[in-house]
Amino acid sequence: MKRLKLVPDDTNYDFFGYAKLTFGLSCVAIVLSLAVWFTMGLNYGIDFRGGTTVRTESATAVDVATYRAALEPLGLGDVSISEVFDPTSADDKHVAMIRVQAQEGEEAATPETISTIQEALKTVAPEIKFTSVESVGPKVSGELIQTAFLAVAASLGAILIYIWLRFEWQFSVGAVAALFHDVVLTIGIFSALQIRFDLPVIAAILTIIGYSINDTVVIFDRLRENLRKYKKRPLREVMNLSVNETLSRTVMTSGTTLLALIALLILGGDVIRGFVFAITWGVVVGTYSSVFVAKNIVLYLGVKRDWSKPDANAGNQYANIDA
Amino acid sequence: MLQISLWKRLLIALTCAVGLWLALPNAFYGPVEQHNDAAAAIEKSGATPELETQLALWPEWMPSGLVNLGLDLRGGAHLLAEVNVADVYASRMEATWPEVRDALRSLTPVRRQESPAGELRVRLNDPTKMAEAMETVRGLARQVTTLSGAGSNDIVVSGDDGLITITLSDAEMQATDERTMQQSLEIIRRRIDEVGTREPTIQRQGTDRILIQVPGIGSATELKAIIGTTAQLTFNPVVSRGSNGNDNPGIGNLLLPSTDESGVFYTLEAAPVVTGEELVDAQPSFDQNGRPAVSFRFDTTGARKFGNYTAENIGSPFAIVLDNEVISAPTIQSHIPGGSGIITGNFSVEESTNLAVLLRAGALPAGLTFVEERTIGPELGQDSIDAGKIATTVAFAAVLLFMFASYGLFGFFANIALIINVGLIFGLLSLIGATLTLPGIAGIVLTVGMAVDANVLIFERIREELKTAKGPARAISLGYEKALSAILDANITTFIIAVILFMLGSGPVRGFAVTLGLGIVTSVFTAYFVTRLMVVFWFERRRPKQLTV
Repeated sequence: MKRLKLVPDDTNYDFFGYAKLTFGLSCVAIVLSLAVWFTMGLNYGIDFRGGTTVRTESATAVDVATYRAALEPLGLGDVSISEVFDPTSADDKHVAMIRVQAQEGEEAATPETISTIQEALKTVAPEIKFTSVESVGPKVSGELIQTAFLAVAASLGAILIYIWLRFEWQFSVGAVAALFHDVVLTIGIFSALQIRFDLPVIAAILTIIGYSINDTVVIFDRLRENLRKYKKRPLREVMNLSVNETLSRTVMTSGTTLLALIALLILGGDVIRGFVFAITWGVVVGTYSSVFVAKNIVLYLGVKRDWSKPDANAGNQYANIDA
Repeated sequence: MLQISLWKRLLIALTCAVGLWLALPNAFYGPVEQHNDAAAAIEKSGATPELETQLALWPEWMPSGLVNLGLDLRGGAHLLAEVNVADVYASRMEATWPEVRDALRSLTPVRRQESPAGELRVRLNDPTKMAEAMETVRGLARQVTTLSGAGSNDIVVSGDDGLITITLSDAEMQATDERTMQQSLEIIRRRIDEVGTREPTIQRQGTDRILIQVPGIGSATELKAIIGTTAQLTFNPVVSRGSNGNDNPGIGNLLLPSTDESGVFYTLEAAPVVTGEELVDAQPSFDQNGRPAVSFRFDTTGARKFGNYTAENIGSPFAIVLDNEVISAPTIQSHIPGGSGIITGNFSVEESTNLAVLLRAGALPAGLTFVEERTIGPELGQDSIDAGKIATTVAFAAVLLFMFASYGLFGFFANIALIINVGLIFGLLSLIGATLTLPGIAGIVLTVGMAVDANVLIFERIREELKTAKGPARAISLGYEKALSAILDANITTFIIAVILFMLGSGPVRGFAVTLGLGIVTSVFTAYFVTRLMVVFWFERRRPKQLTV
């Protein structure tokens, strides 16, 4: 039987041949992401900035301008209205998201505020339905953003320690640098495309961390095995061999995961689209970083080569790069 | 080599069977849910023919645990409330005042002074008695009865130049906060139970917050109407009635607005005659004119106090105060000995029903501030379930096809393991009563994509080992052996992330963490042990000389 093979047998690509280019590309991408993040900012959802979102559903097309005109006289401050498109929804189902800033002196929106919004919208679209109303007070949103950053930092820290214990400190630095790369690039794309950034996206970022480290660890694991096998070959070659040997698996796993995610991205509905998009993006970036970022850093830092004996030359690992 | 002992085989098969057995009810969600509801209803209030038929929808000997659907899938309301614990300090001080006054009476007359909430200031008419007065007030202190606060007093007394200041001690504040939270949780639980919704979640979060999730309720606003009111009911003597909201009521008195008549204010004595705590029952009813009202009954002490007061004050007005607003202030017509009465006001039927519920369940010890609220409509939840189902099916099919196309027979083994894997996830979710949320569904889809990773690692490894021509049996066993370290490392790191997500997240995110974490455990089990069992079975029967993976 003919088998589907995404990667031919016995590949021998030189992954370091373009090291300067790929590594440079990653650095540029990181700088760009940070630049976009700091200049354009993130389109924070109410989880992180407080306020109220109302999700509406109506049989007639959403006219953002009329909605806006209806809400204008209420004096609610910053109001943003956007129509939500979904390829799977029926023709007579038009969904809009309306976001209103947190009101002065209120934590979560009071029933009065919510009902004035709903009444105002009913005047322009009589059969409108309100399928969800969510409101987060400024106090909670401040804490949520703190928790989110803490979660990302804690994950990176935990992984740094775990990889350090299981491998060598160079590996853990390489792995965490790759993860940092993935996280920053994900934040960058959310900033550049101004996709709503809320709590589930943080969960997605943590998932990306989990996925990307998975990939990196598999390569590292093979590298460690090969380092024991080929004691005399240059580190660069052994690394290249390891990446080539695991390439088929890297592509297969990314392939199945992406297949599942793309199905979810298209068919899973708009409620979790941001979340799924973040993970999908992360899988692509994470796969790239496992192959092109993590091990470059390990190569740069060098590793202990003699795994057969107890660690005799700890603290002297740089000397062994070309051993 | 390629051998698995019999007891291991049985263990693996048994684990799969039990997991799938537990997952089975989820395939018949509607009937099983009706069965469970009927069983609960019969437990509570006896059987009816209707309930019996619902009970019969699912056989008793089958497992009936279901995966709970989160609010984002079922629809309902979510509230995060902050308990204003400091409210209680103020009422504690209010209660301390008469004690202090009476204790000092024999020494020197005292006057109460203006003070910030949570503090009591008392001026002595005779400042020379300061030292003795301080001693007496300190004598009123009680020991704090908690583990951490053991040995410290409940009040701190300081004095200066004839002025004594009393506040709660830190240990007592902590103990009070703890009590306030426990009471608030209990009262909220009782109120929601009174309304009779199913499977509400009422949890304490952090030091002073309570998370309330009620599936199936129409909106958070409705929920707030039930739990947002403190419902502190008191009956106070009326001093005077006026129309100026800025009047100085005088020390020991309160100036409160009327609920119905705008611009009317009552000056009341702050110390109530009877409070809502002394109620034993409250029911919605109607007054003589057929308007909605709430009838109530006091317990024995409440009834005695109420009886005595009404006997002594015939002809004077009497205010019924709910949460610092005067509902009504009727004049006492006669002695009311029985300890029951009726509250009238401008109620709608709904309001009187709600008020009766609130009074029955008891008053919240402190006010609530809602810091987060979410309402998800049932249609949106259903849409999400539908979309999730389609997406999961498509994702599943795509992965199965892809695996089979890539690895042939071994891919087929992996596919069976994958199907068992998803079954096991549902089995475990049902077993621990976890909640499935929309991101949780995404977690399952992601697990489907990632679960095959372990198999990919193994199969790729077998392919490599085959190249060195050691024979199929050796290649398979080496493949499983050598891939294990990578599989474990990769999954442990992801598991760490799931744990962090679980600890720091809440609601939907936590649901995601649960499915991701369980998915990791089950996928390692199915991808490693279950496929291996299948491969060994196949190998023992076929004994192939050549192997293509």
